[in-house]
Amino acid sequence: MDSLPAHMRPDRSFQGLILALQRYWADYGCVILQPYDMEVGAGTFHPATTLRALGPRPWNAAYVQPSRRPKDGRYGENPNRLQHYYQFQVILKPSPPDIQDLYLKSLAAIGIDAAVHDIRFVEDDWESPTLGAWGLGWECWCDGMEVSQFTYFQQVAGVECSPVSGELTYGLERLAMYVQGVDRVYDLNFNGRDGDRRVTYGDVFLQAEQEYSRHNFEYADTAMLFEQFRMAEEACKKYLAAGWKEGGNSRQHLMALPAYDQCIKASHVFNLLDARGVISVTERQSYILRVRELAKACGDAWIHTEAGGAL
Amino acid sequence: MPDLLLELFSEEIPARMQAKAADDLRRMVTDKLVAEGLVYEGAKAFATPRRLALTVHGIPARQADLKEERRGPRVGGQDAAIQGFLKATGLTSIEEAKIQRDPKKGDFYVALIEKPGRATIDVLADILPVIIRTFPWPKSMRWGTRSAKPGSLNWVRPLHAITATFGLETEEPDVVKFSVDALEAGQTTFGHRFMAPASISVRRFEDYEAKLLDAKVVLDPERRKDAILTDAKQLAFAQGFELVEDQNLLDEVSGLVEWPVVLMGSFDAEFLSIPSEVIRATIRNNQKCFVVSNAKSGDETGKLASKFILVANIEASDGGKAIVAGNERVIRARLSDAKFFYETDLKTRLEDRLSKFEQIVFHEKLGTQAERIKRIERLAAELAPLVGADVGKARRAARLAKADLLTEVVGEFPEVQGLMGKYYALAQGEDASVAAACEEHYKPQGPNDRVPTDPVSVAVALADKIDTLVGFWAVDEKPTGSKDPYALRRAALGVIRLVAENELRLSVLRVAGSALGCLLEERTKEAIVDNQKLPSDLLAFFADRLKVQLREQGARHDLVDAVFALGGQDDLLLIIRRVEALGKFLDSEDGKNLLAGTKRASNILSIEERKDKRIYDGAPDPALYSLTEEKALAKAIDEVKGEASAAVAREDFAAAMSAMAKLRPPVDAFFDKVRVNDEDPKVRENRLKLLNEIRVATRAVADFSKIQD
Repeated sequence: MDSLPAHMRPDRSFQGLILALQRYWADYGCVILQPYDMEVGAGTFHPATTLRALGPRPWNAAYVQPSRRPKDGRYGENPNRLQHYYQFQVILKPSPPDIQDLYLKSLAAIGIDAAVHDIRFVEDDWESPTLGAWGLGWECWCDGMEVSQFTYFQQVAGVECSPVSGELTYGLERLAMYVQGVDRVYDLNFNGRDGDRRVTYGDVFLQAEQEYSRHNFEYADTAMLFEQFRMAEEACKKYLAAGWKEGGNSRQHLMALPAYDQCIKASHVFNLLDARGVISVTERQSYILRVRELAKACGDAWIHTEAGGAL
Repeated sequence: MPDLLLELFSEEIPARMQAKAADDLRRMVTDKLVAEGLVYEGAKAFATPRRLALTVHGIPARQADLKEERRGPRVGGQDAAIQGFLKATGLTSIEEAKIQRDPKKGDFYVALIEKPGRATIDVLADILPVIIRTFPWPKSMRWGTRSAKPGSLNWVRPLHAITATFGLETEEPDVVKFSVDALEAGQTTFGHRFMAPASISVRRFEDYEAKLLDAKVVLDPERRKDAILTDAKQLAFAQGFELVEDQNLLDEVSGLVEWPVVLMGSFDAEFLSIPSEVIRATIRNNQKCFVVSNAKSGDETGKLASKFILVANIEASDGGKAIVAGNERVIRARLSDAKFFYETDLKTRLEDRLSKFEQIVFHEKLGTQAERIKRIERLAAELAPLVGADVGKARRAARLAKADLLTEVVGEFPEVQGLMGKYYALAQGEDASVAAACEEHYKPQGPNDRVPTDPVSVAVALADKIDTLVGFWAVDEKPTGSKDPYALRRAALGVIRLVAENELRLSVLRVAGSALGCLLEERTKEAIVDNQKLPSDLLAFFADRLKVQLREQGARHDLVDAVFALGGQDDLLLIIRRVEALGKFLDSEDGKNLLAGTKRASNILSIEERKDKRIYDGAPDPALYSLTEEKALAKAIDEVKGEASAAVAREDFAAAMSAMAKLRPPVDAFFDKVRVNDEDPKVRENRLKLLNEIRVATRAVADFSKIQD
């Protein structure tokens, strides 16, 4: 880290932090992917995690995923809640025996020294009702702040993980606020430059937070969204049904990925409807169940594909 | 005798599971040892975030040899029987068997089988892997490459090493040889994750515990707790503060560290404008830190200081500066959230939140929260005059009492529900009783919780609980066995305590009936059955809860049955008082004898009534009395009946019991001198009717037949 120019240092630059994590996990042998090109609520939804976690094939990947949580919008007024933020996601299948050490070394790579900071693994079981997924693991604390989620996937999309993957999710803004010593997310130095050349997180995202908060809570077109949910659900089912191919004594699926895109779509549309407050408590559960059914069907399709290990 | 050392070294075990896991490990290993005939001298188990450890000392080195005699076939019996016997006993020829003489049935063979005991270390090598594979973690998981194989090990988090040694204090112990999945038991463990991560070779418990301590691991959770508590108190005291002790938090943080280092941090004093319970909840729940108060305030949460105490897991090279600074930043952010929530909440009046309850379902058959609040409001207003509360205030309090559920602070910290309601009510200028009821209407939460006394709180607390009970009774969601998801037993006990401790007079049947009425008016008929029996079913449930409560207080719960059996008893306070008076009476000589006399009368009657296939009721004929004792008893019964009934009518149960006591001498004298089964059938009938009169008279206070001796 000391060899880096100042503007690239993870403790001075948001993008420097991202680049340092990417470099670290690239060195480990992960494929460094780019964000998935759809709206998702968390890095876990990226098919590189949800689907690749299923089946027997080894898979090591890392990527940044912009994540949208419409309900968390605060019109840019809250110092650390955002409706759009970045997660850095690492998935290692099967989970290597030294995964905790790998994680701790990644913290060292972004300047968190375990001799000075109190790093802790605090119980946090993870469950995603919409993905039909669960795992056991921890929140990773650094001096009392949650900086990552660490999960051993046991089940994803209703399918038992075999072998189990280890998933690491770094909350990038929080981590950056911590290493930069900043209390308000919008004050983060984005590009690591000073003076006129300095670009802050606020410069990049404050307007977006304000606009999208307005959209998410007040103006998002609910009639359109209800229709979109229905269409995505239908399309997902249609692609799933059309994708099956019976060959010899094995069933294969030829369209798991496009079907799963529609599942992601339905999930995000549901989150928007939820933020708009137009889904009642009882309906809420049934929407979650509908998305879960899609996710499970996609998981089942995926394990009948090549990368799902069927061939 | 030799000792066992067992350590299971893993990734971080959830704090809340550690104590039970240590206990389970000790229990499972020692139970198995005993089942294998290996009686040990002592055992102790420990847990840290990364290990479960067990020492069992004084285990015999071997199992005792087993000697067994097995009876075989008759001498000269069929060859097949003899071959079978040889096979079963492992003898090579029948000559090796003894012959047992038996002159009556004939001689037979006996085999002496000797089964040598196994070495304990071999027994351990068999039982330990089974225990590890079947360990009862509340949640367990698979991991790594092996997780793809069927039957792979499940553990709470990945298990990395097993240490298992067995041997005498004076000798180098042996490793218990076994493996679980790919893990071989050995004698290598590891120190503190950050401060001493190197491997350590251990031999037996004593050097194990000492070496761990050198490697910055305090094995014993009790020692970690003591250290944290002592250091935290001292640190607070040194700066003129007092630690606000919190046992649950202490238990939890001691399960998050192997090497506790206590540090103190501060936050901006401006946050002290937030209610102290909210500060404490924020710092405790989210950050697992302790709060401190200004010394000598004597009030646990009254005057918080702007300091907190954290427990780190390392001795940092900068003395903890970065750790304190980091925690301070997080706590500042958390408190500014809490302050923001609190201040946001203050901007909306409680009543303006209520319309949102129309969207929130309380129970699918019982409707929305808004409907429920309306019912509670109505019931509270109805109850108010009965409990001495102002109707307007009771109505207002019932209306507002649940509104804080919709506030930001309660959304974030559910445990301050009610309390925040009180703060917000006071802040918007509500009457003090109305505000108090927002908090107190949830009380009493359990047998040890305080019972509210302010009449407004009492009215709303009763209305809330009775609506809950009647509602779930109406949709047939009564508690069964150990299942009571809606805490209905607690609600019923709450009603009993509210009534008893405030000495309230209520007809359960009437109140339940009117609560049911509210429900029926509002809810559609198909969801709620108009059950005429509901109030009396509910009354029986109260009787049950009353019995349980009396039993827990060590009182006689059969007396509740004796009082309920009278019928028409639905005033809980009167029932409780009557039971108390009855209990006192039955403790006296007069009471015991009268009970015995009454039971005797009942027994005779039931025998004769069965024999004659008729009931001996109706007034006896005074003309048929011939003996003094008869006349005396008849006279006494007349007097006592009148006196006891009058006393009961005055609700003076002690006086009613004293009146009853007067029955005792004539009853005793009657049984002493009078023969019931007289030869003259008319006299006999009359005497049986007189016996019946005893039974009738005692029913003025209780049904004596339900009382156990």
